[in-house]
Amino acid sequence: MSILSLRNVTKQYSNHTAVDRISFEVEKQKIFGLLGPNGAGKTSLIRIITSITGADSGEVYIDGERLNSLHPHVIGYMPEERGLYKKMKVGEQLLYLSQLKGLSTSEAKSKIKFWLEKFDIKDWWGKKIEELSKGMQQKIQFIATVVHEPKLIILDEPFSGLDPINTNLIKSEIKELREKGMSIIFSTHRMEQVEEICEDIVLINNGKNILEGTVNDIKESFKENKYRIDFDGPAPDLGDYRIVNKSKNSATIQLRPTEDANELIRYAVRTGAHIRGFNELLPSLNEIFIKKVEGRFENTNA
Amino acid sequence: MNKLWLIIKREYLVRVKKKSFIITTLLTPLGIGLLVVLSAYLTAKGGQASKKVLVKDDSGVFSEAKIESKLYTYDFSKDPLEKLKEDYKIQTYDLLVYIPPFEDLTKTKHSVEYYSQEKLSIATIESIETKIGSAFKEYKITQSGIDRNIYDSFRMDIDLENGAAGKEEMAEGKSSSEDTSTKLSILIGTLLGGLMGFIMYMVIFIYGSMVMRSVMEEKINRIVEVIISSVKPTQLMLGKVLGVGGVGLTQLAMWLILIPMVIMGTGLLVGGGIDPAQIQEMSNQANVNAEELNKFEFGNVLRELGNMNWGLIIPVFILFFFGGYFIYSSLFAAVGSAMGDDMGEGQQLMLPIMLPVILGFIMLQGTLQNPNGGMAVFGSLFPLTSPIIMPSRLAFDPPLWQVGLSIILLVLSCWFFAWLAGRIYRVGILMYGKKITFKELGKWIMYKG
Repeated sequence: MSILSLRNVTKQYSNHTAVDRISFEVEKQKIFGLLGPNGAGKTSLIRIITSITGADSGEVYIDGERLNSLHPHVIGYMPEERGLYKKMKVGEQLLYLSQLKGLSTSEAKSKIKFWLEKFDIKDWWGKKIEELSKGMQQKIQFIATVVHEPKLIILDEPFSGLDPINTNLIKSEIKELREKGMSIIFSTHRMEQVEEICEDIVLINNGKNILEGTVNDIKESFKENKYRIDFDGPAPDLGDYRIVNKSKNSATIQLRPTEDANELIRYAVRTGAHIRGFNELLPSLNEIFIKKVEGRFENTNA
Repeated sequence: MNKLWLIIKREYLVRVKKKSFIITTLLTPLGIGLLVVLSAYLTAKGGQASKKVLVKDDSGVFSEAKIESKLYTYDFSKDPLEKLKEDYKIQTYDLLVYIPPFEDLTKTKHSVEYYSQEKLSIATIESIETKIGSAFKEYKITQSGIDRNIYDSFRMDIDLENGAAGKEEMAEGKSSSEDTSTKLSILIGTLLGGLMGFIMYMVIFIYGSMVMRSVMEEKINRIVEVIISSVKPTQLMLGKVLGVGGVGLTQLAMWLILIPMVIMGTGLLVGGGIDPAQIQEMSNQANVNAEELNKFEFGNVLRELGNMNWGLIIPVFILFFFGGYFIYSSLFAAVGSAMGDDMGEGQQLMLPIMLPVILGFIMLQGTLQNPNGGMAVFGSLFPLTSPIIMPSRLAFDPPLWQVGLSIILLVLSCWFFAWLAGRIYRVGILMYGKKITFKELGKWIMYKG
């Protein structure tokens, strides 16, 4: 069963439709990418899932149940624009936020201690937030998001403003949480991160769902039968094959529907060239993203 | 644990634990206490520095009179005026007064000259005028041969009193030994009413804007989205309003205990330095007769305070305190949510809230002058001014139906304004970078959940 399922969810604001009949499923224990350009409706959609706003129509199910007032307890949400109470101490702050998520005081305390120890920041309990650097504050925000062990974690642009070390730390934490059985929705427009972390994605634009599936399937379906041959020495003569890109030590060939990759490599070897590598070129998510979004623009403009 | 309670607790504790809160709570009474005692002390002493006066009395009236004065020392000299004009400085007198001869007893005006190196204050001039004047009066009485007792009996004081109230007190067998008690009760009622109205006015501004700042702070540092993914926006707003209300109540309670303590404490400390005779002197100068002063004796004031209908005043005041605070802090919360990080831009949004409060404060003065007049009745019923006006009328026994109606309107308004503010708040806290107009706010109220 999926942890989250959306069915025809729609949200209208006075002058535009932010979310337009969006449906998708997020499977349990998966890292799911919610993608889309700025203003696509990601944040509006997340606010519906987190019960911050209500949908005008459509249904949201969390773990098979229709979204209700108890669900905020099983969701952990880290907004893109996130803050903390500057004057509060780290411990008090985490305690307050986790109690709002329904933890008892003692439960909350032991879990917060666990996380502070894990991040090696035990002695921060009594520090005021305003004394911490931005990166340090982000660690606290991450703890606040996951401390109540939610079934579903929603991270909106979690790496924005993080340095590479903290980015890696959060990345490995996300993976670890997945191992523990949590499901993670990861909202971003940074494709290289999605490719690295996410298994499934949905791409939305102008409030509409324009693409969904596993990262591998999507890449497969968008591939253009391009192969790259790397070689040493003089370039092989590839005859009739369509070379779309050429450099000193490599050539990219786009196969026609009638042609076959095995044939190509056999042909290349027969030319006597010194071949060092042969790879299928899959489109990056970034390319697919741009293609889909711009394509969609063309469609809507037409 | 109940989330609303968690929010209230945080809002309360975070403020109460602040150093600035502790300092203002402790220092304000100290400041007020010092101010009260110091000003009393200064008017008693500093304002009326003692002066050495050299008098050349050619009329012989003043030099013969019995002069009682603690602040002023009068010495007399028969030397020629021209010589004295030089001498008084050398002999360290502050001023020289020359009283020309006085022969015609029917004259009611007599010019007296003074010479001084510094400019004299009006208080000093009046004080000396009074002294010389009363000496001349005594002189005229003796000279005219009028019986002192007959002269004294010419004086008449009229007291205009509330007949019904006086009789009531008689009927109830209360000791109204002083026939002036009802006038005193009006005075005390006015002071009490003014005080209660003023407290409400301050509470609305101080704690209302505290709620507003707190809402803005959450919006600007973007914690609000995290919080409302756990609780409903209206819960957060309500928790904030109640939490800050608790802070206000704590602070007022502390002040209620500390201010009298400080005033009494410093009063005892400094009070020893004030001579009762000086106060007598001051009252003489102010033309207040001692009898009048006696009515304001501590005992009388206490008795009048005891006669107040505290059983009505206290609960109704507390009710209006909460109601007024609740209405206005909800509105302030709504305004705070609509404001961005640009405080200046939001000023225009505060105007519609400030106006009724200021209006109420202006009406307060009229109400105290005419506590049962048309404006007072309107002001005490209209829910945006009633928290200021109704408490100020309480000491004047307003008709009970007006109190009741005012409370009903207040409660309904609390509900209405909380609803209204909640509608604006839930949209406002998530809205960034938009210039907010009243039209926009109107739209927000209509938005679906």
